[in-house]
Amino acid sequence: MRLLSRKATCNSHGQDSSYFLGWQEYEKNPFDEITNPKGIIQMGLAENQLSFDLLESWLTKNPDAAGFKSEGESIFRQLALFQDYHGFPAFKNAFVEFMSEIRGNKVSFDPSHLVLTAGATSANETLMFCLAEPGEAFLLPTPYYPGFDRDLKWRTGVEIVPIQCTSSNAFQITEAALLDAYQEAQNRNLRVKGVLVTNPSNPLGTTMTRNELNLLVSFIEAKGIHLISDEIYSGTVFSSPDFVSVMEILKARNYENTDVWNRVHLVNSLSKDLGLPGFRVGAIYSNDDMVVSAATKMSSFGLVSSQTQYLLSAMLSDKKFTKKYIFENQKRLRQRHRMLVSGLEKAGIKCLNSNAGLFCWVDMRHLLKSNTFEAEMELWKNIVYDVKLNISPGSSCHCTEPGWFRVCFANMSEETLELAMQRLKAFVTEYSSTVLGQNMSSSHQSIKNSRRRSITKWVFRLSFDDGRDREPDQR
Amino acid sequence: MGLSLRNQQQLLSKIATGNGHGEDSPYFDGWKAYENDPYHPIDNLQGVIQMGLAENQLSFGLVEKWILNNPKASICTAEGVNQFRDIALFQDYHGLPEFRNAVAKFMGRVRGNRVTFDPDRIVMSGGATGAHETIAFCLADPGDAFLVPVPYYPGFDRDLRWRTGTQLIPVACESSNDFKVTIEALNAAYEKAQEDNIRVKGLLITNPSNPLGTVLDRETLTSIVSFINEKSIHLVCDEIYAATVFSQPDFISIAEVIEDDIECNRDLIHIVYSLSKDMGFPGFRVGIVYSYNDAVVNCARKMSSFGLVSSQTQHLIASMLSDDEFVNEFISESAKSLEKRHNYFTSELEKVGISCLKSNAGLFLWMDLHKLLKEQTTEAEMTLWRVIINEVKLNVSPGSSFHCPEPGWFRVCIANMDDKTMKAALTRIRIFVNKELVVPTKKRCWQNNLSLRLSSTRLDDFMMSPHSPMQSPLVRAT
Repeated sequence: MRLLSRKATCNSHGQDSSYFLGWQEYEKNPFDEITNPKGIIQMGLAENQLSFDLLESWLTKNPDAAGFKSEGESIFRQLALFQDYHGFPAFKNAFVEFMSEIRGNKVSFDPSHLVLTAGATSANETLMFCLAEPGEAFLLPTPYYPGFDRDLKWRTGVEIVPIQCTSSNAFQITEAALLDAYQEAQNRNLRVKGVLVTNPSNPLGTTMTRNELNLLVSFIEAKGIHLISDEIYSGTVFSSPDFVSVMEILKARNYENTDVWNRVHLVNSLSKDLGLPGFRVGAIYSNDDMVVSAATKMSSFGLVSSQTQYLLSAMLSDKKFTKKYIFENQKRLRQRHRMLVSGLEKAGIKCLNSNAGLFCWVDMRHLLKSNTFEAEMELWKNIVYDVKLNISPGSSCHCTEPGWFRVCFANMSEETLELAMQRLKAFVTEYSSTVLGQNMSSSHQSIKNSRRRSITKWVFRLSFDDGRDREPDQR
Repeated sequence: MGLSLRNQQQLLSKIATGNGHGEDSPYFDGWKAYENDPYHPIDNLQGVIQMGLAENQLSFGLVEKWILNNPKASICTAEGVNQFRDIALFQDYHGLPEFRNAVAKFMGRVRGNRVTFDPDRIVMSGGATGAHETIAFCLADPGDAFLVPVPYYPGFDRDLRWRTGTQLIPVACESSNDFKVTIEALNAAYEKAQEDNIRVKGLLITNPSNPLGTVLDRETLTSIVSFINEKSIHLVCDEIYAATVFSQPDFISIAEVIEDDIECNRDLIHIVYSLSKDMGFPGFRVGIVYSYNDAVVNCARKMSSFGLVSSQTQHLIASMLSDDEFVNEFISESAKSLEKRHNYFTSELEKVGISCLKSNAGLFLWMDLHKLLKEQTTEAEMTLWRVIINEVKLNVSPGSSFHCPEPGWFRVCIANMDDKTMKAALTRIRIFVNKELVVPTKKRCWQNNLSLRLSSTRLDDFMMSPHSPMQSPLVRAT
């Protein structure tokens, strides 16, 4: 008899994916400005490290929240005992108000419809348990966050069917793609229970357009299925267009209290907005009472520590603080994003136009030896082992086109980002002239010629920038 | 809402719409009665006294003093804030090394340092609740079963079965031998499962026991280890009450038993632990899976992503449990307080002719009220229970909610209240028993129809009312 369960012995946990292998390499040789300046720079971790000083200053000014006190009196005992899965009321109130503030107060939320979970990881899994049977499916637009393979499928037995998005229209969701995905599920005999989108998108860093959102709402209405909108990056929108939550669309269409209203659920977290992934604060927001009720009971398996709930309820209730934080955080993200984009440009690399997230979706297709995922992997390995940057290959995000990479910008100091850009520039220069230059002997001469011309252009541009005397590549 | 209930149910999963969460059990009705009318020593002397909550509230003074003297333990104080950033970012599912080290050390200390625990085998979970579910996911496929000796903690029905699809098969235990686990009963349960074509993947024991408050002796533990090795099934030991042992006989952990047993296949041995009972910190959600099986450690660790311990809490616990002086004092003082409470309660009960199972651990008593039953049936037990809730106004837990095969037993929690409340509870019991001896409990028609169930909507409304007192949280199960 097999000793362990199938879940324990299969690899649906997804950790054999390249997404995680890069991290493992990083762990073996992590960059440190002082102790290991030649190490691998972590650019695969979507963390927000830009605004800790704001949090720290709030903490020093508010010692009670930190020290288990309320009005100077110790409430340690009450907090230590508080395990009510309905959550600390003051915290939920503050949380939904924070969510509202981030959405420009265009929508408001009812705290009794919020379910606290141990991170968005747990929220997403819990929603699967609530909405789908094993063997049923959710449609997800590609590219998507690699963690979904584990969070949505592993222990739940739910399947993911991709909605293929392409660079031809900046990876936006189209009706045709939705219908194709639905059909694909039918062909595979999978009953579709819903669509799950991440808005703003990980890994694209873009906010969904009203058009896309309306499309989604109409689609789930027609098919009678659920829509989950993972809005974990909602607080990281740093430039226009404004963030539009699906809840706003429902309101605009007067869908309050309809069947569709009950089938739309949000996932949220404080890991990205506030940069507190260690505290494990996630949430499900649903208009459906039964979903709220079932999810609340399931949250027993991953409640938020009362110590953390208390601290954050004090912090998020401080409206002066949250207003300042949201504004300042967005400003810093915007600056940092600009830094990455221009650094990449200097290396002749473009990225998808984006206005949110903690990363850019970078286009390195021109650096591929061939338009294949094998070539993408090869390029990726070069970047991890030789350039010593841990970035995430598009294939790990299920992107249909090879050559795209997610590169994070908010989890390091400015100096480190500078260094990363320098390394990349140096790499591209060398790579273009040596590796890509060697591809001249293929039969597709015209393509090669144009690529050669582009490479030459870059080489010239780089050499001009460098001020170094470089021999241009072959003509 | 425009959608028929049946359509609604098809839209959601069976797990969501079924009652596998177990909250329709009478176990929760008593709590709901308490929530409606909670006792307060000043504001509500007539209210229901909560005796259904296995919390350890006796040693907070020690902890509070430590907190006051160690501001750095909180990363949010001025003294500790320089660590805030690193801790706030830390979401590695391996857990903070200092946290794992401190917990491993604490677990060893609680077992009198007779065994040591490897910090690399310490895996976090969302409380013991999360630990049990994770273990079930790792060891069993849907349809597989775990054997569990009765009576057992009602939460297991949810934790091990609800989302995992595994089953629980009771192992019979009787009061005639103090509910000890026997090889005969284990074999009988195992064989019955075979006949029913159910694959048994493991045996789950809670030691010290909830609800009995007793510890397993070495002989029983060794025969259990032989049994599971012979059948090649897992042994999951929930040792959540390990530090609540306050008198002889000594607590013997499964870790100690296998230490001496070279024949035992260690890949079958797993421990579930938590700080909710020993330390009295259920709110902090510190659950631990400790397995001697490397594959299980690896798998459980990946699954811990679904219920990691807040790094803020990890840091606090790491500081606290690394303080050897504090830990030694806490363990010893806590045991003394529990012993004092236990002895006082049991001797007062004896004065009015109520006996409890002889116990030396836990946060409760296993009270024998079968003499007060009109007839030796579960219905009579439930009738008596409703009287206790509604007339005596004590929320105690009926044995049937623990799957006890014999009617008349009740679990009564005694460590979750101050002395004043304890005395009030005892007075009520005294009055009730004396009354019962004069006018025995008759079938009261109106009470049999009394439904203590509240709809989940109304319950939710109540819980979200601004008057929901923080002092009396509604908990799902303990």
